[in-house]
Amino acid sequence: MLELRNAEKVVTGEYHIHPTSLTLERGTLNVLLGPTLSGKTSLMRLMAGLDKPTAGSIHFDGKDVTGVRVQDRQVAMVYQQFINYPAMSVYENIASPLRIARQNKATIDRAVRKAADLLKLTPYLDRTPLNLSGGQQQRTALARALVKNASLVLLDEPLANLDYKLREELRLELPKIFAESGAIFVYATTEPTEALLLGGNTATLSEGRITQFGQTIDVYRKPRDLLTAETFADPPLNTIEVVKTGGDFQVAGQSAIPVPSHLASISDGPVTIAFQPHHLSFRSSVATAASMPVRTLISEIGGSESFVHVDFLGTRWVMLEHGVHEIEPDRDISIFLDTRHLMAFGTDGRSLVIPMAGA
Amino acid sequence: MEKTWNNKAWFLVLPVVVLVAFSAVIPLMTVVNYSVQDTFGNNEFFWAGTDWFSEMLQSDRFWDALFRNLIFSFTVLAIQIPLGIFIALNMPKHGIGVPVCLVLMALPLLIPWNVVGTIWQVFGRVDIGFLGHYLRVLGVDYNYTQDPIDAWATVIIMDVWHWTSLVVLLCYAGLVSIPDAYYQAAKIDGASRWSVFRYIQLPKMKRVLLIAVLLRFMDSFMIYTEPFVVTGGGPGNSTTFLSIDLVKMAIGQFDLGPAAAMSIIYFLIILLLSWIFYTVMTSHDAQS
Amino acid sequence: MARITLDHIRHAYGPKPSSEKDYALKEVHHEWEHGGAYALLGPSGCGKTTLLNIISGLLTPSEGKILFDGADVTGRSTEERNIAQVFQFPVIYDTMTVYQNLAFPLRNRKVPEADVDSRVREILEMIDLSDWANRKARGLTADQKQKISLGRGLVRKDVNAILFDEPLTVIDPHMKWVLRSQLKRLHRQFGFTMVYVTHDQTEALTFADKVVVMYEGEIVQIGTPVELFERPRHTFVGYFIGSPGMNFLPAKLAGATVTVGRHKIPLERAPTVAANAKVEFGIRPEFVRLGREGFPIQVLKVEDVGRQKIVRTNFEGHLLTAIVSEDAEIPAEPHVTFKQSAINIYADSWRAETEG
Repeated sequence: MLELRNAEKVVTGEYHIHPTSLTLERGTLNVLLGPTLSGKTSLMRLMAGLDKPTAGSIHFDGKDVTGVRVQDRQVAMVYQQFINYPAMSVYENIASPLRIARQNKATIDRAVRKAADLLKLTPYLDRTPLNLSGGQQQRTALARALVKNASLVLLDEPLANLDYKLREELRLELPKIFAESGAIFVYATTEPTEALLLGGNTATLSEGRITQFGQTIDVYRKPRDLLTAETFADPPLNTIEVVKTGGDFQVAGQSAIPVPSHLASISDGPVTIAFQPHHLSFRSSVATAASMPVRTLISEIGGSESFVHVDFLGTRWVMLEHGVHEIEPDRDISIFLDTRHLMAFGTDGRSLVIPMAGA
Repeated sequence: MEKTWNNKAWFLVLPVVVLVAFSAVIPLMTVVNYSVQDTFGNNEFFWAGTDWFSEMLQSDRFWDALFRNLIFSFTVLAIQIPLGIFIALNMPKHGIGVPVCLVLMALPLLIPWNVVGTIWQVFGRVDIGFLGHYLRVLGVDYNYTQDPIDAWATVIIMDVWHWTSLVVLLCYAGLVSIPDAYYQAAKIDGASRWSVFRYIQLPKMKRVLLIAVLLRFMDSFMIYTEPFVVTGGGPGNSTTFLSIDLVKMAIGQFDLGPAAAMSIIYFLIILLLSWIFYTVMTSHDAQS
Repeated sequence: MARITLDHIRHAYGPKPSSEKDYALKEVHHEWEHGGAYALLGPSGCGKTTLLNIISGLLTPSEGKILFDGADVTGRSTEERNIAQVFQFPVIYDTMTVYQNLAFPLRNRKVPEADVDSRVREILEMIDLSDWANRKARGLTADQKQKISLGRGLVRKDVNAILFDEPLTVIDPHMKWVLRSQLKRLHRQFGFTMVYVTHDQTEALTFADKVVVMYEGEIVQIGTPVELFERPRHTFVGYFIGSPGMNFLPAKLAGATVTVGRHKIPLERAPTVAANAKVEFGIRPEFVRLGREGFPIQVLKVEDVGRQKIVRTNFEGHLLTAIVSEDAEIPAEPHVTFKQSAINIYADSWRAETEG
């Protein structure tokens, strides 16, 4: 169990990490999700012991490890760049941490073959990394991290430099590999889709602060504040500032969206409404869908789905619709919003009502 | 990237600290000691206060040497920096030419300083030297042992030959770090050769150029061995730079007090000028 | 703006290519319309960058010719081809302001200063950097820098084509959406011929009118995003486009009926297939319907990815992936049906044409 207790990192008077408390259990996968420079790497460096927190402490299995050097901890790291020893074979690369730990030959061989098997590297054990594809190189780096039997494995955007399809394959395999090991996995990414595909837990980061931590799907469905919701949306979240007046959300004094039942209890006044792009549709599939007059801007066809950019009373939204929809720009049309999924945030950005679970 | 936090690393530096204390700090303090005292031998010392310093600062001999030194340093910089950049720009970036050029460039840097002096001393001699002889054959009235201008030219050309490589190598290192995409983009943007230099290569070389200018300035300001070997400071005092003058005073005339005072002033001047250089160049860097 | 003709182009990096395998780019023979938006899509090492470099003039092809509007430009340099290019990493002139960066290509070509100013201001407006015009370019964020690179590509009105080499690689997901739709709008507005290289299918499909899918040095399909999605010509296209990719199940074919395991699935039309060909049944996860009717399956795993669920199932001993909506429930005794019009039959990895 890894615990951060009010750990913070200040560099030349600037907070890289605001005071953070976080508990990660053994055998779990924990995603750090946030844009570039949101503090993912800084947080990982604190966890690894590469940096010492300016204040607060870090505990491992109840023991205070603040200030214990990274060499004296059971930590493995995988980076965005494929870092391997270029002159060594894949076998030797994977074996290297065990050789350093002076394990005997038989143990090393067993561990290397097991890791190679898990990461589908068995056919390439005799090759050098430079003769491998990017995906295989990163698998080698992963195997080296796993074979170490570290209690904490940190992965800093490990798939960012890989082709789209390779990423997809590894994403599918990683949770299985993680499940086999009893270590704590921490995985940094900028992509919401990646967090969702990996599952596990997610901490959303913004400007050096963890905005929410919990089960990935819960954080996605029930964000506690607008910042979390925005961090965790791809395509970008649709938002609009409205004034709740009785049964209506009004924009500039005009009633714009009917208030759905789960938001009826919030008090009248200014509110930010947000929802995911796939909750907009050309068709009214459910009774609770509200008709919205919009002006079309542009549509992007993504094969199975289309992303239609529209303007609603001066606010830009994206609609994600299944199928192919080539739309003439600058036309006034009506689309439908599934109001069951509406999220509402107060002027301070805090969520006012948790949207209906799983709906 | 933040630094890895580890206090034990200081122990690794300890031997160097001890070494520097012995090789630099203790001799420096000895010099300070000499500069404020007078002696008539027998290891008897009398307090002299700032007398040696004021004597030094009032002597023409000191100011002349300082002036010569400054002229020398600026001339050398004015030739070596542009020339170094020019050569670096024209060096090959791929293939067999790279190691060949690098070795050729490194050669002058590998030759001991007094040997460089000896080479040029012989090279420039009118009777047996290749350069001196053929300049005579071409009708140039060249003689570095008699004509101050010839002596200066020889010393400067020698320094250029010896040290331009350093500037070249530093600039080259800066140049090869520029990704190909930049040159490609510049071509596509229709940039001229000058624009490529001005907007891509020069900005990328700025940092190494700063180091090159500093190193070359300090080195040229402290020049001793080569002119000592070639001209011995002559003819007359025409190539007597501060360091040569200092040695003459300390060892030739055994005026330890004035020599010590002069070394300290010399040291402070170098420190001051280096600081000015550094501040001016880095602040320019920060502005843009 | 130009029509680009790739006339029997082949390229090998080695000096003497002896077999087909030595070619990094196997024969490419196509004509790209002027004003079109093309994407070159494929995994790394598929030859897409080689092809882009041949178009930009960085590489001279081992064989074949390249023509702009019918004029042979094979031997011409990058400058002479009059193209613009945006690279993977932002290329900006650090010491210049944002404005000067954009004006650079025009000033180099001695465009009158009044025209430079109006054009630069127009581009600044389009890439949303008007407020930053007089800032030095070096302190900007990655996406702002890439916008400048983009702007420099668009600033000249007379370019033959604009080439993009994975331009959104270093951009955060949120910003990708903004830049992508901006790019699309700019293409609408100006009608430049654009060639966009990427390994990301979403980028390729959303950007391009025509996507060129490449695999092992070959173009396996050129088609609209819809064609690639609904009628992949090769199993590689089916796999590479779509996330997750198309399901392929070994099958037997008899007339207009395909048999997978124990089940017979009727087709709309009978495909033509050679006698000994390896037949595969292809269906996109999006067209696999989960319900109480149809063929029985066994659910292996359900991945809730927010807006939809990816269901991995066992169908007759093979992995079959289905995509269902976020609100859908998976029945206790699940069955599947396939949307008939979305079924594709593959013989030796190539799509079998249907009769009539």
